[in-house]
Amino acid sequence: MTELTTPIAPAAARVSLLRRLLRNPVGVVSLAFLAIVGLVAVIGSALAPYDPNLASLQLVLAPPSPDHILGADSAGRDVLSRLLAATQISIAAALLGLVVALVVGVTAGLIAGYYGGWFDQVSSWFTGLVMALPGIVVLLAARAVVGPSVWYSMLIFGVLLSPAYFRLVYAAVTAVKNELYVDAARVSGLSDLRIIARHILSVVRAPVIIQSAIIAGIAIAIQSGLEFLGLGDMSVPTWGSMLNDGFSNIYKAPLLMLWPSLAIGLTCMALVLLANAMRDELERSVRPVGRRRRRAAAVVAEERPAVVVHADDAKTRTGEVLLSVRDLVVGYDKPDGSLTRVVRGVSLDIRRGEVHGLIGESGSGKTQTAFAVLGLLPAGGRVVSGSIGFDGLELAGAGEKVYRGVRGSRIAYVPQEPMSNLDGAFTIGSQLVEPMRLTLGISKAEAKERALGLLERVGIPNPKRTFAAYPHEISGGMAQRVLIAGAVSCDPELLIADEPTTALDVTVQAEVLDLVRDLQEERQMGLLLVTHNFGVVADLCDRVSVMQSGLIVETGPVRSIFAHAEHPYTQSLLDAILEDGPARGALAGTPEVAR
Amino acid sequence: MTTLLEVKDLDVTYPVKGFGKKPFQALRGVSLDIRPGETVGLVGESGSGKTTLGRAVLGLAPVTGGSIEYRGRDIAHLGRRERRALSSEIQVVFQDPYSSLNPALTIEQILSEPLTARGVAGSQARTRVRELLGQVNLPADAGDRLPREFSGGQRQRIAIARALALDPQLIVCDEPVSALDLSTQARVLDLFIEIQERTGVAYLFISHDLAVVRHISHRVAVMYHGEIVESGDGDQVTGAPEHPYTQRLFMAAPVPDPVRQEQRRAERLRLLEQQREADEQALATASPGRTA
Repeated sequence: MTELTTPIAPAAARVSLLRRLLRNPVGVVSLAFLAIVGLVAVIGSALAPYDPNLASLQLVLAPPSPDHILGADSAGRDVLSRLLAATQISIAAALLGLVVALVVGVTAGLIAGYYGGWFDQVSSWFTGLVMALPGIVVLLAARAVVGPSVWYSMLIFGVLLSPAYFRLVYAAVTAVKNELYVDAARVSGLSDLRIIARHILSVVRAPVIIQSAIIAGIAIAIQSGLEFLGLGDMSVPTWGSMLNDGFSNIYKAPLLMLWPSLAIGLTCMALVLLANAMRDELERSVRPVGRRRRRAAAVVAEERPAVVVHADDAKTRTGEVLLSVRDLVVGYDKPDGSLTRVVRGVSLDIRRGEVHGLIGESGSGKTQTAFAVLGLLPAGGRVVSGSIGFDGLELAGAGEKVYRGVRGSRIAYVPQEPMSNLDGAFTIGSQLVEPMRLTLGISKAEAKERALGLLERVGIPNPKRTFAAYPHEISGGMAQRVLIAGAVSCDPELLIADEPTTALDVTVQAEVLDLVRDLQEERQMGLLLVTHNFGVVADLCDRVSVMQSGLIVETGPVRSIFAHAEHPYTQSLLDAILEDGPARGALAGTPEVAR
Repeated sequence: MTTLLEVKDLDVTYPVKGFGKKPFQALRGVSLDIRPGETVGLVGESGSGKTTLGRAVLGLAPVTGGSIEYRGRDIAHLGRRERRALSSEIQVVFQDPYSSLNPALTIEQILSEPLTARGVAGSQARTRVRELLGQVNLPADAGDRLPREFSGGQRQRIAIARALALDPQLIVCDEPVSALDLSTQARVLDLFIEIQERTGVAYLFISHDLAVVRHISHRVAVMYHGEIVESGDGDQVTGAPEHPYTQRLFMAAPVPDPVRQEQRRAERLRLLEQQREADEQALATASPGRTA
């Protein structure tokens, strides 16, 4: 019971978003600035040395002086006092708009996304309408009706901003609504309110917070803009009205414009930078997981037990070795400079015309071995040591140049997921023709003829129609046939198939296996078949190697391995096979009635 | 013995988006019954409707005809509130152990969810969670961890523990082992059987894998194109199938033994040839019997 004895991975430290932000320099600076602005908004009017509305004729457009550090405006009011008082009003007005947008947008988004139905239709229509309205025109019209009030205009502006939240939340909810864990919660008997609060709000929380930072910036800018245009209540000090005053006196006292501009500009900047920092931190939280998993595979490194090798029997091929892998080590560089080795010394030979199965459980390194041979290791991975000899060529560590003469033309590849390996933007025909023109150097018409022949050969009922079709128009089994046709189109000597039938239904799998067998025999290709299914191995392979955590533990002719496996791991895998086990039989104590 | 669940002539039709599009009928006149403590296996390929049947029993698919009776009461068209009340009777284990657990919640939060929804107090719920973790052979301290810290097999155990939390009478298992490695798969299946023998829970066990279904089921039903084409005793359906489709399915699964697989392959090709000839004859006599 390895599952009981293997300890669970060490608990990951869960760091709150706030703490992570405090470690991000941009985050700290913008948070600190916003904290100061917030503080000023709360206690600013108490700190102000003068009444912000106290006008003095002596002080009209006074330059900065010890008594009035920032000078005075066109009505002789102290600029510092006004700036401090204006912060409160501007921030409060922006917050009002934000809260209205948040409440309206998030609530409507949650309800419309979760329940759908008529509310979804109505609110989506309404959202479209609101987004189509020019905001500033609506605000101007509203001012004509309700008068010059900061609060009313921000209330209306909040509604105008709510689509930003609605669309965000709506998209997130519809994506998560069909997650299995939401279904499971429903089956567990949770009320809708509880499901929304627990499972759905947590998903939309992060994007909503980020959006809020941006929306707050917009609200401040728009609010200031309205005041600047003189549409606000001029008796209330705000950043916008101060800007207006400064602008009208720009030749007489240019400094007057500077202070409100700085306040508006820096606050908006801080909000946007904070949103960016939050997004960066939230995205970063995903990264350590993969790293840890790989490390777990490397813990048991170093000891390299002997490989159990079965003697060849009459059915295994002798002859020229096509691919010879010796002591292959594949590793991934980690950010801290160390190396995680996922393949730890694999040796295997494939002769011309031989089908070699590479079998193992997930994480055993079988796919990594295949990718190393193809020179297609994902970013960060490399062949650390060992050699990959292919018909006299050394492929380990070889450059693109060497591979270009090999991949596609002499070594071909059939992937696991047929659908994601066809480009949805091109017809199937063009995806078959292009590689052939490049590697074989034949004309387009010749390549097309060949492609149609291949499609017919792989058992596609109507080759002409499939040739002109796009990938989404064919089934998964057909797509895999197309990929096989593409793989053999340039007469490769070695075919590498990575779980070629795992994504297919059993009946389709059987057909695809038949096809692979026929093509392999017909063309006498070497075949490296990566799989976790012993049935597939039994069906196709001449020889099989069993992999466990980056090493081959047992290798030999397929019949010999199935008949008397010697390595305990191979035995445990074979024991876990359910085929041919006894059926469970009818339920005890019931009459044997089969309906 | 009485039946626990009885599905009669069930139709499920999904509306298809777009004006004037024909709705998609996923199930056509499906009948099935499950007795207390019994496992009924449901086999079929993708698109056969087997998952839809499971979802219909759970109240997650739109039933358009027929009935689903649980202990003699029709549960096909329950309201949200009544459905919630049924959660202590019918539970579910889904296929994908990755998306069936909320990645943001700890294991304890996930497992105590159904309990607190029923008003079980916090401390009692915690004791029950530890008990549940023990039942599925996970250490008691697993409760503080997040799902991503567990392997696929361990996650599936957590999903089983969640299903067991309210002591249900029936668990719908939708491909619960198909995402797992071979050796993990065998252990999880044994856990299912052990729990059934201890608690007497019944399973509707959905899988595409005949071998898995054979291992765990008392009775087996085979689905094809939204209909049940063959059903009966597990040994018979998975050992000597009668319906042509079941035969094809049976023959298509490769045997993990090179010698016997060679024979089976030959047998399969012969069977396909036979069925093709039969089809051609049927066509020749101009009787398009099946509406596939």
